[in-house]
Amino acid sequence: MSSASLSLSRDDRPILIAALFILVILVAGTIYTFARFGSAPLLSPTYLLQQLQIGAFLGIVAAGMMMVILIAQIDLSVPWTLAAAAMMATSVGGPLAIPVGLGVGLLVGLINGIGVAYLRVPSMIFTLGVNAVMRGLMVAHTGGYAPQTAATDLMRMLAGDRTLGIPNALFVWAAVSVLVAVMLQRTALGRYIYAIGNKEAAAYLAGVDTRRITVICFVLCGLAAALAGVLLAGYSTKAYQGMGDAYLLPSIAAVVIGGTNILGGRGRYLGTLIGVVLIVLLNSVLSIMDMPEAGRQVIYGLVIIFMLLVYGRGERVTS
Amino acid sequence: MLDDIAIRLRQNIGIVTAVLLFSILYLLYNFAHPRGFSSAVLVQNGDEIFALAMLAMAQTVPVLASGLDLSVGAVMTMVGCFASYLLTGAADGTPLHLDIFGLQLGLGSFPGGVSGILLGIVVCLATGTLAGFINGCIVVYGRIQPIIATLATGAVYIGIALFLRPTPGGKIDEDLNWAMTNSLGDFAATVHIFDDGAASWFAPVAWIPVPFVLLILIALLVWVPFRRSVLGRAVYAVGSAEGAAYMSGLPIDRAKIAAFTLAGFFAGCGGLFLAIQTSSGNADIPQAGAYTLNSIASVVIGGTSLLGGTGSAIGSIFGAMVLRVISFFFRIFDIAPLLQPLFEGLILLAAVSIGALGVLRVKNTLELFR
Repeated sequence: MSSASLSLSRDDRPILIAALFILVILVAGTIYTFARFGSAPLLSPTYLLQQLQIGAFLGIVAAGMMMVILIAQIDLSVPWTLAAAAMMATSVGGPLAIPVGLGVGLLVGLINGIGVAYLRVPSMIFTLGVNAVMRGLMVAHTGGYAPQTAATDLMRMLAGDRTLGIPNALFVWAAVSVLVAVMLQRTALGRYIYAIGNKEAAAYLAGVDTRRITVICFVLCGLAAALAGVLLAGYSTKAYQGMGDAYLLPSIAAVVIGGTNILGGRGRYLGTLIGVVLIVLLNSVLSIMDMPEAGRQVIYGLVIIFMLLVYGRGERVTS
Repeated sequence: MLDDIAIRLRQNIGIVTAVLLFSILYLLYNFAHPRGFSSAVLVQNGDEIFALAMLAMAQTVPVLASGLDLSVGAVMTMVGCFASYLLTGAADGTPLHLDIFGLQLGLGSFPGGVSGILLGIVVCLATGTLAGFINGCIVVYGRIQPIIATLATGAVYIGIALFLRPTPGGKIDEDLNWAMTNSLGDFAATVHIFDDGAASWFAPVAWIPVPFVLLILIALLVWVPFRRSVLGRAVYAVGSAEGAAYMSGLPIDRAKIAAFTLAGFFAGCGGLFLAIQTSSGNADIPQAGAYTLNSIASVVIGGTSLLGGTGSAIGSIFGAMVLRVISFFFRIFDIAPLLQPLFEGLILLAAVSIGALGVLRVKNTLELFR
């Protein structure tokens, strides 16, 4: 890292601004709680750890989502990949639960990747169809009711228990984060991903098997969604219908707020981490304030627009 | 002459496929239906198709400009919630008040009666149009990618809808509901025109469902003139090559704003009809999301490229009708409703994959990357 340069790089500016915004949320929330309840729960480590534990599921989904956004695609099949992985894991049970859950994610990612990379169907519509198919399969599998099967002990341990006072889910999230960050920064695969996002034709001419990389990105996204599903099932001790619905849009928002270009090719993983923390803290402040759902949605939308107006503006087309 | 037709067919292969697919499916449906080919079935289908058809049209315009509007379902829901307050048709008007963070604000009374209903319809459509205009301004002047900008504004619009209707409720004038969701004959009888619909010249058309007439009117009076206008052509140009459109001196900013504004108007029409049809306002978030996603699917089935520049809102109407007819079949053939999403997904995947098989014949791989 060059310490001499005062001007921030294009990729670092969003991260810094988002981090500052997190501070603003914390300060504003603390002032509110102090004025109203005379306490400052937002500054207590226990409360923050508990919020981050819930945020870990979103964080893992967002890590996978970032892979596909970086290559200028999108994965709308996340909600039911997540739910399907959770349902299959709980219904298989035993030591095979987690491998089966992750296998579901891998399979869905593979199908998405083949459709997008080899059939060249726009990812927006292909993953949408896959999402409907997964939903149909799961509804048929469970009969439309909440599955009666329970999460295995290992799943509960990974998602719900704590080691040295820190939730295990945070360790899983940290492990995923390190893997993704190293992959993006230090491996050829990471370079290829950015190259494809910038210009796929150029990457292809440079000798990159762009279609294979695209499949890999979708597989990673499917795996991440499946891991989040398995953990979420462990956290709530069971799988349930629509458990993934609340993760699609926030994960895209977290990636974009973190400075990743929705058109691909630009963005750092640190930004996605900050984006997830921002969304999680915003949610918890709003719930402390007893904000009704209507107000939450409005504030949520306004925050995304505001953040992007500050640093996410595109360039004017002039040629 | 024949060559000309062949070229036109090839250029519009998407929409032709959608029309053919719909015709075949709908004929089969009517043959299988015990009361097939009757006005009653047609009326029921028209009511079920209208809102999605409007949303498909709404989605088409930004997609043609190679944008995407993820807020169409939210705009529809918000307009529906407004309608459930403004179209009650109470003779002495509807008192309006705002209750925000414990603050009570009286806003006077919204007029009742026929003039009130007409004013209410105008206000509802204006609300939808305004929402679309805001989307367009954020995309053009904020220079935020449409997909993420409308994701955010969609959350805001859903928030407003939830604020208006935390629980489903409200009321729509019964006569309005009856007139809009039945056949032309019932419409004439309700609004007392053409001898209450008994005029002899009126009889041959009295069986046509009102939603279909509205659909055709909106397509002919709004979409066709727009497409032929400079702005409409600019929308297509922006979608196929924005840089070239800019260099040619086309008003690309105005075209994009117009595209999103028109999307808001169409979505508003859909929301208004849905509220009239269900006689209530309901800020249903999953429903809004489903409508948005189905509108994208309709656009693709209707032969519009998600990359922009080619396609038409008329095709999207047929795309929406194909999607809806598929769900009609579940009722006819008594397939477990649980399997419906599975079949919908499989049909969508099959449709787009078959359409994409052409890429396997492309010899120069470089042509795949646009």
